Amino acid sequence: MADFIFAHSYLILALPILSFIIIGLGLNQADKSVVIKLAITLSALSMGYALLTATAYLITVMGQPQLYPAQTLICFDFAWLNFSEKLTANMGIYLDPISVMMIVVITVISFLVNVYSVGYMKDDPSFNRFFALLALFSFSMLGLVISSNILQMFVFWELVGVSSYALIGFWYEKPSAVAASKKAFVVTRFADAFFLIGILIVSFYGRSFDFQVLNSPEPATLLSNSFLPGIFSVNILTLSTLLIFAGGWGKSAMFPLHIWLPDAMEGPTPVSSIIHSATMVVAGVYLTARMFPLFAASNTTLVVIQFIGAFTAIFAAVIAITQVDIKRILAFSTLSQLGYMIFSLGVAKVVTEGGHHHGADINPLGYSAAMYHVFTHAFFKCMLFLGAGAIIHAVHSNDIMKMGGLKKLMPKTYWSLLAACLAIAGVFPFSGFWSKDAILLAALQSGHNITFLVGLVTGGLTAFYMFRFFFLTFHGVARSEFHDVHEDPWMTTPIVLLTIPTISAGLLEHFFVSRVTTQVLTESGHFAHPGWLPFVATGVAFGGIGLAWILYGRGKTDRAVALQSMAGPLYPLVYNKFYIDEVYLFITHKIIFLCIASPIKWFDRSIVDGTMNLCGWLLQLGGKGVRLLQNGQLHFYLSMTIIGFITLLFVGQ
Amino acid sequence: MTLSHCITLSLILCAIGVYGILTRRNLIGILLSVEVILNGANINFAAFAHFKATDPTAGAIFPIFVMAVSACEMAVALAIIISMYRRKKRLDVSRLEELNG
Amino acid sequence: MNGPLLLTLIWLIPFGIALASLMVRHDDHQRIKMLSLLGTMINLVLVITLTLQFLDVAAVNNTVTDTSLSTFHFVYKVAWFKIMNIEYNIGVDAISVLMMLLTAIVIFCGVLASWNVKEQVKEFFILLNVLVAGVYGVFISIDLFTFFLFYEIAVLPMYLLIGLWGTGKKEYAAMKLTLMLVAGSAFILAGILALYFESGLNTFDLQLLSQVHFSDSFQYWVFPIIFLGFGVLGAIFPFHTWSPDGHASAPTAVSMLHAGVLMKLGGYGCLRVAMYLLPEGAHMWMTFFLILVTINVLYGAFGAIRQTDLKYITAYSSVSHCGLVLFGFTAMTFTGLKGGVLQMISHGLMTALFFCLIGMIYGRTHTRTVSEMGGLMKVMPFLSVAFVVVGFAGLGLPGLSGFVAEANVFVGSFANPATINRVCTVLAVLSIVVTAVYVLRTVNALVNGPISLRFKELTDASLLEKVPVTILLFCLFGMGILPGWIIDLVNGAVHPIYNNLMR
Repeated sequence: MADFIFAHSYLILALPILSFIIIGLGLNQADKSVVIKLAITLSALSMGYALLTATAYLITVMGQPQLYPAQTLICFDFAWLNFSEKLTANMGIYLDPISVMMIVVITVISFLVNVYSVGYMKDDPSFNRFFALLALFSFSMLGLVISSNILQMFVFWELVGVSSYALIGFWYEKPSAVAASKKAFVVTRFADAFFLIGILIVSFYGRSFDFQVLNSPEPATLLSNSFLPGIFSVNILTLSTLLIFAGGWGKSAMFPLHIWLPDAMEGPTPVSSIIHSATMVVAGVYLTARMFPLFAASNTTLVVIQFIGAFTAIFAAVIAITQVDIKRILAFSTLSQLGYMIFSLGVAKVVTEGGHHHGADINPLGYSAAMYHVFTHAFFKCMLFLGAGAIIHAVHSNDIMKMGGLKKLMPKTYWSLLAACLAIAGVFPFSGFWSKDAILLAALQSGHNITFLVGLVTGGLTAFYMFRFFFLTFHGVARSEFHDVHEDPWMTTPIVLLTIPTISAGLLEHFFVSRVTTQVLTESGHFAHPGWLPFVATGVAFGGIGLAWILYGRGKTDRAVALQSMAGPLYPLVYNKFYIDEVYLFITHKIIFLCIASPIKWFDRSIVDGTMNLCGWLLQLGGKGVRLLQNGQLHFYLSMTIIGFITLLFVGQ
Repeated sequence: MTLSHCITLSLILCAIGVYGILTRRNLIGILLSVEVILNGANINFAAFAHFKATDPTAGAIFPIFVMAVSACEMAVALAIIISMYRRKKRLDVSRLEELNG
Repeated sequence: MNGPLLLTLIWLIPFGIALASLMVRHDDHQRIKMLSLLGTMINLVLVITLTLQFLDVAAVNNTVTDTSLSTFHFVYKVAWFKIMNIEYNIGVDAISVLMMLLTAIVIFCGVLASWNVKEQVKEFFILLNVLVAGVYGVFISIDLFTFFLFYEIAVLPMYLLIGLWGTGKKEYAAMKLTLMLVAGSAFILAGILALYFESGLNTFDLQLLSQVHFSDSFQYWVFPIIFLGFGVLGAIFPFHTWSPDGHASAPTAVSMLHAGVLMKLGGYGCLRVAMYLLPEGAHMWMTFFLILVTINVLYGAFGAIRQTDLKYITAYSSVSHCGLVLFGFTAMTFTGLKGGVLQMISHGLMTALFFCLIGMIYGRTHTRTVSEMGGLMKVMPFLSVAFVVVGFAGLGLPGLSGFVAEANVFVGSFANPATINRVCTVLAVLSIVVTAVYVLRTVNALVNGPISLRFKELTDASLLEKVPVTILLFCLFGMGILPGWIIDLVNGAVHPIYNNLMR
């Protein structure tokens, strides 16, 4: 039975792509109701099959550790792209705890977002196109998580990039949306180029693309040579893992490649919900987790990952405090949470005596906690976005300063979002509490005290900005006039359903911590479990909420405005996101376009082409000179003939 | 009369012809000079045939060919000259330079 | 059908069509077009038959003979000029079969795309057919002399096609293109004659010449001559400047055929003649050409960023992508050579579709300046979606043909352990970012954004126009999703060349 289920696990992917093909090619002009039925049925079937596979996996694979010590299962694998006799890229389905977890998360959220979109997009003329693209995204994302090798992952990695591009620019007549889609694609593409280089290095030295091979001890030793002589010498393992991580750097929008994510909010809200918070942006985390044994073999890589993650977490949280656009607040909060996940993977490396990282001790909690946070975050962040979408749909504005008093008008949304905000703030017993607690614990256990403090402070900031958003939106009185505010059942149902995992995902803590682990190359010892941590973390969260209540409670803003003016130039600096977008703009337009592309264009037209034209001109000049001999004078020709004849007579002797 | 007499005669004729072509500006004059050169060549043919060849008929045939061809040539050339004259009203070669490059 | 007969028929049919078109009345446009369409359709069928037959033969041969032997099949030879021992010597290997398939597809689509030619229709189609006959001839020739003969037949009609039916600075472009290509041909001829005399075998037979070990000093001088000679047609830096002007001025079908197929003759010649016959020369010169070609890749991509004319953008992207063909070759690894061949096919399909779409869009908007357009998605969704897809193929999106080729090129060039190769590979990989920039700029400016008033009334593609676009799109997806059989074929053909290189 289980074998039968695994053998047909391709259905999880096949159903969404079928939906894309049918809607995209066949039902382009069809009636909405047909499309709704088809899209929802197929995504429900995909979800059903994913759940079935997950159950089968839990029972057969995880239930029989003696048969499957590595907890992995490759359902099928076929050669797709042959490079040379020794190197072939396959397409396969690879099941292990994290990929099964992701399959479930993606199909469930995809289904809910499909339902939600029926309500959200109902007046849009491109209704059908939206569902087609959504299905394409589900397909690509599922393909990404079930990849059995790194090239397959790159393939789907690019495909999610494209579906994200198409969905951000869904309203293609809006210039800002078009610009945002281009920005998202180019920034992630920039990171992907490094990812590709990393793949080249790893596949060359590791002699395979397969995760199973790459995660085994041999490639780590094969890769542990140095590359380039002298002072340029770098360790290949560190170099390649960092390059591969660069792909995740872009996709998961870590600083300084985070700039595309806030702009990506130009897309429809269901898209932001599924792609830019719950699933696609965690691809970077997933990639790191997937290659974790290899990453952990390097001395430097995890440290870099940890610093990048921690910095992004607090950096984005600081920016989120000042934003007024509801979706941008959530976008920065996503960035901050992604930072958590990334640094959680990074802190898996234990600091040994004297602060050196040489002893490659690995604390598996960092890995498990990151995956657990991916899981919980997907649900509550998805819900936050869906809730924000419902609000935007109702009041036709993104500006939280123009909202207020929506509690009475949208009660279901209010209560659901309250649960989500408590979860993201990390309040007991909501899901976010457990996963965040696990991350902080991992940081503390591994001895990364600074990172731990950053995580703790970020937790407080998170609670503060989430409740700032919450109070300003729902409490107090309306700060502008709303017409016809109502809750659409298509949209409310998924939001309410998402409260279930948001509240109850904490029950899975033990499962994640003890079972969702990976085969790391070095075994770890036992770690202490400080009992004070949960209380401190909750205390910080309540501190943040309390501060938000003081400043913004009952929807008032006067105290906050006073504080803003006190902050002086600091406030505009943060509000404008530290002017990083402007720096990028400067680099691309002033340096790349004006200092590289334009000179090349000039060089091509003037120098290269000029040389060619010069050759032509010289030939013409020669022709003009020779032409003078042909003067049409019969006497001249004849004299020349005779002179030539006489010359030949003498020269020819 | 020896072969060298004949060759000298043909050389003189040829030189006269070349001189004529180079100095004459009138097309008719140039044409006449060309005829003189051709006749010089004919004399050569006939003389070599007479003094050297085992079968003199072959050498004798060539002048006849040349005469026939030059007659044709003359006809064509005169036709061109006449039409040229009709068009330009003059036959001065130094002014007829449409074929310059 | 008998293989050699099939090969001969394939290049004779376009000639036959050209001759038959001579008989048709001058103003009977419909009949001339139908005749060409019929001819290309028959040819398409024949080439597909050939491919199927070849697949059978190759499958049998791969199992019995070892791969070091040459893989020319359907070989047939008959003496032509006995004195110089020039032969009509034909035969195909997998590379030529795939290139012929590409040619057949592109020209079929090209004839459909030039349905709206209105002036001097008869001459246009006659020249087009002659050109195609030349292209087929090159791919089936084993004898270097006939190879060169067909090569010239393929190159020269371009002058008239661009000069008479082109747009913009067409005389200048046609003159420049022809002169540069003919200069390249002169080099090639010199090289071929050098091979002929140096070998002392009194033969032009490629297979016989490949067994000869030419002396190192000879290879040192002759290799760059031949490689550059073909490289001009493959738009190698700095001899690429004919390409932007030529492609921008040429009529749609000619751009398609030229960028899609004719530029591939350059790469094909570099591989088949220069690298196959002069492997030691290749080793000596590779670093130099690697650097030139890396410049090509980056330079074409950066050049495309600042262009404003659609055709110029595509032409520069062609320079960049054809650079990748040679980049794969200069890697000197098995995977790299294969990648280069795959990139030839992929780029042929892609750029043909690009020019085809540009022609159709230009026919509607009457402008090719990117900034003047916008929002075409609204009025011509089919063409816009096709344009977006081909753009993605250009930037190497997996699932489309570009990725398959580029992945092979990059893996192949990285597999060469020399540091310079590594550095160039990194640079070339980074070019895909630049490609993304210009492709997205173009796509966004063309199909997205608000639509201007004067384009509000435009219509989408007609059924006749949808046919070529659909065929080419299908091929792009086909090669991208299921590259297996193409790769197997190319593997078989690249082995002898690679073995010769590594001898």
